[in-house]
Amino acid sequence: MLTLVAVLMAGAARVEAVRERRYPTSEQADETLYLRSGTMLRRLTLAYNALAADLYWIRAVQYYGGTNRILRAEQETAAGTDATAVDPARRRFDLLYPLLDLTTTLDPRFNIAYRFGAIFLAEPYPAGPGRADLAIALLQKGLRERPDKWEYMQDIGFVYYWWIHDYKTAAAWFDRASKAPNAPNWLRPLAATTLAQGGDRRSSRLMWESILQSAEVDWLRQQAEHRLLQLNALDQIDALQRIVDRFLASPGHPPLDWAALARARMLPGRPLDPSGTPYVIQDGKVTIAPASKLFPLPTEPDKIPGSSPS
Amino acid sequence: MKAIAAIAINVFRESVRDKVLYNLVFFAILMMGASYLIGQLTAGQDVKIIKDLGLVSVSVFGLFIAVFIGIGLVSKEVERRSIYSLLAKPIHRYQLVAGKYAGLVLTLVVNIAVMALALYAVLVYLIWGVPPILQKAWDAPALDPALLIAIFLILVELMLITAIALFFSTFSTPILSAALTFGFFVAGHFSGDLRNFEQVVDSPTAARLAGALYWVLPNLAQFDVKAQVVHGQPVPMGDVALSCAYAALYIGVLLVSAMFIFSRRDFK
Repeated sequence: MLTLVAVLMAGAARVEAVRERRYPTSEQADETLYLRSGTMLRRLTLAYNALAADLYWIRAVQYYGGTNRILRAEQETAAGTDATAVDPARRRFDLLYPLLDLTTTLDPRFNIAYRFGAIFLAEPYPAGPGRADLAIALLQKGLRERPDKWEYMQDIGFVYYWWIHDYKTAAAWFDRASKAPNAPNWLRPLAATTLAQGGDRRSSRLMWESILQSAEVDWLRQQAEHRLLQLNALDQIDALQRIVDRFLASPGHPPLDWAALARARMLPGRPLDPSGTPYVIQDGKVTIAPASKLFPLPTEPDKIPGSSPS
Repeated sequence: MKAIAAIAINVFRESVRDKVLYNLVFFAILMMGASYLIGQLTAGQDVKIIKDLGLVSVSVFGLFIAVFIGIGLVSKEVERRSIYSLLAKPIHRYQLVAGKYAGLVLTLVVNIAVMALALYAVLVYLIWGVPPILQKAWDAPALDPALLIAIFLILVELMLITAIALFFSTFSTPILSAALTFGFFVAGHFSGDLRNFEQVVDSPTAARLAGALYWVLPNLAQFDVKAQVVHGQPVPMGDVALSCAYAALYIGVLLVSAMFIFSRRDFK
């Protein structure tokens, strides 16, 4: 009897596999948000709002990660994947904000949904939708629920700093955060540095070090460590670029590559970025290799006019 | 009192014989599976999600036990005609109703106690190896004793639902009783809307009717402190005490009504 059950089960799985091969399910069918009203969902889920919020949060994380993976794969293969196989909305992260909005409406105190959600939303394409405005809107929604949450104010300041490059507003948010109850004492100097030297790599480093210090989960900690390594890479690129420029300025120099620089005793060998991948030279400019874990490096924002030099 | 206790113990034994406690195995598998899967599916918040899932499971498993056993407590005896032999014994009908109720509550208490222990065990597993600095960032400690308040209020709510199911069971068919009990459960969570009905309708009669319904229907939303507890918000003890007092009185109303109906019922 058990054998018969096993045989029938295996048969059912085999038929399903054949059906899926012949008639593949389009991804578009999965990417539908049937209910967009958080208020309606709150009612439908009765006393189980928090669990529904967890499910929407998991869906948001999966949606963000899945879309990210698709876009990354497309980038890696020059031809790109079959464009018809991917929902066009998924290329634009269209469902990300609605999913996060539903999550936080169902559970208005879902701390990580605000904080991570803002990071996901603000990341520029293709790592995210590049919607700094929605990231701020989500965090402000969190602040309406918990007006004393300094972390949300710090995150809003971060979005203004890192993605919008509006250092005055960023400094104002860091300052507001520093006045919130239980705020850490490093927020006040961060506000001052941002106001004085916004856009400066040193203040960026200070900000990421602050985030690393206050990271609540491993993912955020890894993000901060990654960004700090990118800043180190930017410092190294500047130093290498000076060497390359000197080499190019020397009369009768051989064709430029790392080996030529090593032969000229200007470098000990092929320089590696902080992730261990060799740097590349393109048209006389030192840059990070696309294969590096640190690729792409953040764009260096303009400094505040009149700010002190780094 | 002895008769009530004897009936209660029999109801508990019957539920064990009916393999009701098997749901504990499902609960354990669900929690263990979830604790592993959630770590893979989500970025952080494993502890919050496990707490949410655990509390909801306690509530849902309990709700099914309360409804599906509650509706059969009396009607099953009538269907099987075992009610005749029961009533032939030296017990009053009200004792039968009270005993049946107490027996199902005992089943729920045992179920919920085991589920609460399992939930804490999973939480102990989840926090294993998590550095204290990360634990400090959580809204509430993983092994927060306040979880017991949420679980206790779930039990109180289920006791109320059991009383509703038993009440319907004394005069209605099992299917109708189940539908009505679930209806009361849903309405009980929407009762807050009835209170504010006057803001959405113009008719004063409709508003008055909704207002009356608000006071008559059980207000079950007050027993839901799951989100508060998971986020580490304080639950005032006065609120808990008043909710318990409300439940006790409401259960009293339902049980007395059930006893009254059952005592006048003709089984010929």
